[in-house]
Amino acid sequence: MKGRLVVMAATAAVAVAPLVASTYHVLLMLPFMAYAVVLLGLNLLFGYAGLVSFGHALFVGIGAYTGAFLTSHGKIRSLEVILVAAAALGALVAVPVAALCARYVKIYFGMLTLAFGMVFYTFVLKFYRLTGGDEGTPFLRPSLLGRSLDAMPKIDYLVGPYYYYSLAVLILAALGMWRIVHSPFGLCLKTIRDNPVKAETLGIGVTRYRFFAFVISAIYAAVGGALLGPPTGNVDPTLAYWTHSGNLVFMTLLGGFASFFGPVVGAFVFIYLQNWVMSIVPYWRLIFGAMLAVIVILAPEGLMGLVTRRRPAPASRA
Amino acid sequence: MTAHVVNVLLSGVFHASILFLVAAGLQVVFGVQKIFNLACGSFYALGAYAGVSAVGWYAGVGGPPALFILPLALAGLAVGAIGIIVERGLLSFVYDRDETFQLLLTFAVVLMMEDAIRLIWGTSPRSTSGLYLTYGQLRLFGAVVPVYNLIVIAASLAIALSIGWLLTRTTFGRIIRATADNREMAEALGVDMRWVYARVFTLGTALGTLGGALVIPATAAMSEMGIELIVEAFAVVVIGGLGSMRGAFVGALVVGVLRSVAISVYPELEMLLIYLIVILVLVMRPRGLFGGAAA
Repeated sequence: MKGRLVVMAATAAVAVAPLVASTYHVLLMLPFMAYAVVLLGLNLLFGYAGLVSFGHALFVGIGAYTGAFLTSHGKIRSLEVILVAAAALGALVAVPVAALCARYVKIYFGMLTLAFGMVFYTFVLKFYRLTGGDEGTPFLRPSLLGRSLDAMPKIDYLVGPYYYYSLAVLILAALGMWRIVHSPFGLCLKTIRDNPVKAETLGIGVTRYRFFAFVISAIYAAVGGALLGPPTGNVDPTLAYWTHSGNLVFMTLLGGFASFFGPVVGAFVFIYLQNWVMSIVPYWRLIFGAMLAVIVILAPEGLMGLVTRRRPAPASRA
Repeated sequence: MTAHVVNVLLSGVFHASILFLVAAGLQVVFGVQKIFNLACGSFYALGAYAGVSAVGWYAGVGGPPALFILPLALAGLAVGAIGIIVERGLLSFVYDRDETFQLLLTFAVVLMMEDAIRLIWGTSPRSTSGLYLTYGQLRLFGAVVPVYNLIVIAASLAIALSIGWLLTRTTFGRIIRATADNREMAEALGVDMRWVYARVFTLGTALGTLGGALVIPATAAMSEMGIELIVEAFAVVVIGGLGSMRGAFVGALVVGVLRSVAISVYPELEMLLIYLIVILVLVMRPRGLFGGAAA
């Protein structure tokens, strides 16, 4: 009950932010919301299935490039179409990748996902006639709900309609994920994570469940990736680089992978802290690396773990 | 035609001999400690920068140019000492945790090292101007090959042989192999794990930093070189098999030569080809070509 109040208060705060906060801070909310969608999906693998993907930037990249491609080459500007296409393409790519990766766990799973991520990265980097190489592809301003908003000044568009559109997508994504992790499917995933042998004995198809968790998380990553494009207006290959995958895992760990909202908190803290640190010194990696080391060693449950002070925090209570 | 082929092959083997050093560092750490060390690319970058500085200092004090390889290699080995700091200061806290956390901790080192290098050496590429051709060039089957490349290839081979000797003929090597095989048993027989881990990790680090130092006359040091090389070294160990030294050797040759061939035939393919092979190996033979045997 208390948790629900906190979540509703936080959502309300995000909703009124454009009215009270400075434009600078409101603009930072856009990548936060996009990453929050990505991480909700990533945590289905990390927190619930116990699989650490070091190649999830692959699907972020697919989502972002889908949007960039449709808007600049395909003349399709509707964000609804873009998000659906990103989800579909993410799923399409995820099916063969997941079919191969789901058979492995731990280090081999991480390595295989990393290799797939790098295949996509080198592809977008090298086939520049199609993708623009390291300069990337422009992501033209999408229309929202069928209304073209090209006449609006860019900032007004981003802190106004686009902001609320992102928020709506994030809320829908969170509701969807909440349903997934509390469904029998989600419970089976946790069983598999805690004891795969026992799960198999109980008749749970371990590989099949991992496969579906992977595909769902890829869809989330692609949708979030598509949302990352419009604020910058350009997507480039670094979105798919392996260090970006590492940062995604970092954000999840920072917030707390054992809690449903941990990844959302992680995305928020990461984005704002990164901006704040970068405004003081250019060496944010040095500070964030040290921070990651401290989290791994002293607080593996992340920020949510510090707040709730419970050991394996059951994800059924947020 | 032969000249071109020899050129492509030799530049591939040169790259392979550097890759082997870094991958060997990755393997020895994985074999014994079961940690996949993402930071070994960063150690490689550190070695490269240390090499540039050492050679710069050496030229400054007027050392004979013909011996520049000595301060270069020494600097590479010396900064390998950072391994003991990383191992004692960070990794030793998470040995009893899930390997996910160990992997993430090495990722933390990757982040820190990248900016630490920028902080110390700046953001613009650094190189050792002109030393590359100090030892002249050699005509081989019509191809012109820098002698320095041949020296590095020979040095890498010698190091490969000494690692083999270390692992199979010395007490330390026997302890390493015993630990890789069965840690509990080795510990029960009186092996101090802290002692083994600290040495093994430092050895792995020094191999990486030495690789970085040796490559530097042929190229320029850049702060991203570490995170780029680690994915190649990763391909090497996956193809060869995690934890296997013989695997690192063969894997490095495969990756080095294939990359060199791809660049000369169809540059777009470069690393794409390598990663496709990696996926193929992981799917067909997850233990790699030489997997299974430890260290």
